[in-house]
Amino acid sequence: MPKLNVEQIRKDFPILSREVKPNVPLVYLDSTATAQKPLSVIEAMNSYYRLSNANIHRGVHTLAEEATALYENARDRIAKFINAKSSKEIIYTRNATEAINLVAYSWGRANIKQGDVIVLTEMEHHSNLVPWQMLAAEKNAKIEIIPVTDDGELDLTVYESILKLSPKIICVTQMSNVLGTINPIQQMAAKAHAVGAMMMVDGAQSVPHFAVDVQTLGADFLAFSAHKMCGPTGIGILWSRQQVLEAMPPFLGGGDMIKRVYLREFKANDLPHKFEAGTPAIAEAIGFGAAVDYLTAVGMDFIHDYEREIIAYAIERLEEVPGIKIYGPKAERKGGIAAFSFGGVHPHDVAQILDSDGVAVRAGHHCAMPLHDRFKLPATTRASFYLYNTKSEVDKLIEGLYKVKKMFG
Amino acid sequence: MDDMYREVILDHYKNPRNKGTLDPADFSFEDDNPLCGDRIRIDVRVGEDNKVKEVAFSGQGCAISQASASMLTEHIIGKSLDEVKQLSKDDILELLGIELGPVRLKCALLSLKVLKAGVYGIKDED
Ligand SMILES: Cc1ncc(COP(=O)(O)O)c(C=O)c1O
Repeated sequence: MPKLNVEQIRKDFPILSREVKPNVPLVYLDSTATAQKPLSVIEAMNSYYRLSNANIHRGVHTLAEEATALYENARDRIAKFINAKSSKEIIYTRNATEAINLVAYSWGRANIKQGDVIVLTEMEHHSNLVPWQMLAAEKNAKIEIIPVTDDGELDLTVYESILKLSPKIICVTQMSNVLGTINPIQQMAAKAHAVGAMMMVDGAQSVPHFAVDVQTLGADFLAFSAHKMCGPTGIGILWSRQQVLEAMPPFLGGGDMIKRVYLREFKANDLPHKFEAGTPAIAEAIGFGAAVDYLTAVGMDFIHDYEREIIAYAIERLEEVPGIKIYGPKAERKGGIAAFSFGGVHPHDVAQILDSDGVAVRAGHHCAMPLHDRFKLPATTRASFYLYNTKSEVDKLIEGLYKVKKMFG
Repeated sequence: MDDMYREVILDHYKNPRNKGTLDPADFSFEDDNPLCGDRIRIDVRVGEDNKVKEVAFSGQGCAISQASASMLTEHIIGKSLDEVKQLSKDDILELLGIELGPVRLKCALLSLKVLKAGVYGIKDED
């Protein structure tokens, strides 16, 4: 079996050979925020603008045909990437956030009534909290929370008792963008479905890092963003089953989402166009297609195995540094993310000093304020890893942390 | 950007001047920078001459926000309230002696924001 060849992979990403300042190469440990892009993605978008740029659908000229084919072919490949039954189940959105908002507006406003229970978790990204809080406030619905244990896992005993309240929807991330926790979606979905609840899964961190198959996942809705999986910003996906999407009212109104418009009413278009109003992000969709091609060619299982190796090494080395406390489950139970505190040193200072050696990490609450409240932290420093990171980059991180220690110790 | 952590900044961070609270104070204000969780409170006592007599700051945050608060408190003792109102971003940067990007600038300016809100008599919501 060919293992992942990281040196070869690094050559595919032009940005990885840049220096942050003279003689200081980039060590990019912030892929959880956004991943770098391989040349094939950049070239696919470039080539669309150089050769095929036209608005899609309805045009009959050559460029419009080409652009439409490129845009729709990308959708087909994304459908295949998550094993959707049909491309009709793949709705292009701006990002994972918009995909979740689409569900909260369209499905939510049609199905949530006063007093209904919406279940969220303490480890959600703000994008899987706020749209539901807005819906709950509007409908006078109740929010129940699955808490996070000290080990950084969902407290499934509390989940069991919440299910007795007959909730309407469970909104949960497949992988935490802070703790790296990979949640047991299949098991949670089976229980949710047994009480008639829908399952909204935030796949922003899972879909980029391991194979996600919607036929076995158990989700009713899955949201993810291209930019976290080697694709461009400005495009994401909402997946749901055709039957569910057909029953949902349209979201944004305008061109492309209609079959027929009269002066006082309209007929909505068929899936997936019903949810895609206006001129979409065409180049970005094409870039997204190239990104899933790239990840498929490398192999999602290889990527996952490789990241497990890197995170195990990173955690082992981080634990050597006195004063570091890593949040979340043990290495073997999580994805390639290490969020940590460092004694009394503020994450901003940690990140700033690391930056002077070219090491890019993130400092802050990572759009998960309630989770930081849970651990009584204003912020953490987060290093995250992807297919192009190496163990020697982990070593650079550790060297930088010793420098921080020296400066602030 | 190692010079961001100049000796004098680290010194103010590790040995903050005027750290604590004043009770009672003539005015107090507290605010945070939600981006990074920095939080600063400033208490001020004003003398008969309408000049800052005593000042104390408390809170937590990164070296830049804490050092700039410490330097700012030292800087304003003996200054009139009108002079305090005139303080600007450039004064803080001059005290710190460094250049800052847009993200860290927010950290550096938090104490000034808090102080000004206090001087202008904006009510502390908390
Ligand atoms: C777990 C999780 N959910 C949702 C999002 C939102 O992604 P986007 O900003 O691309 O919509 C992120 C990105 O930070 C994330 O990590």
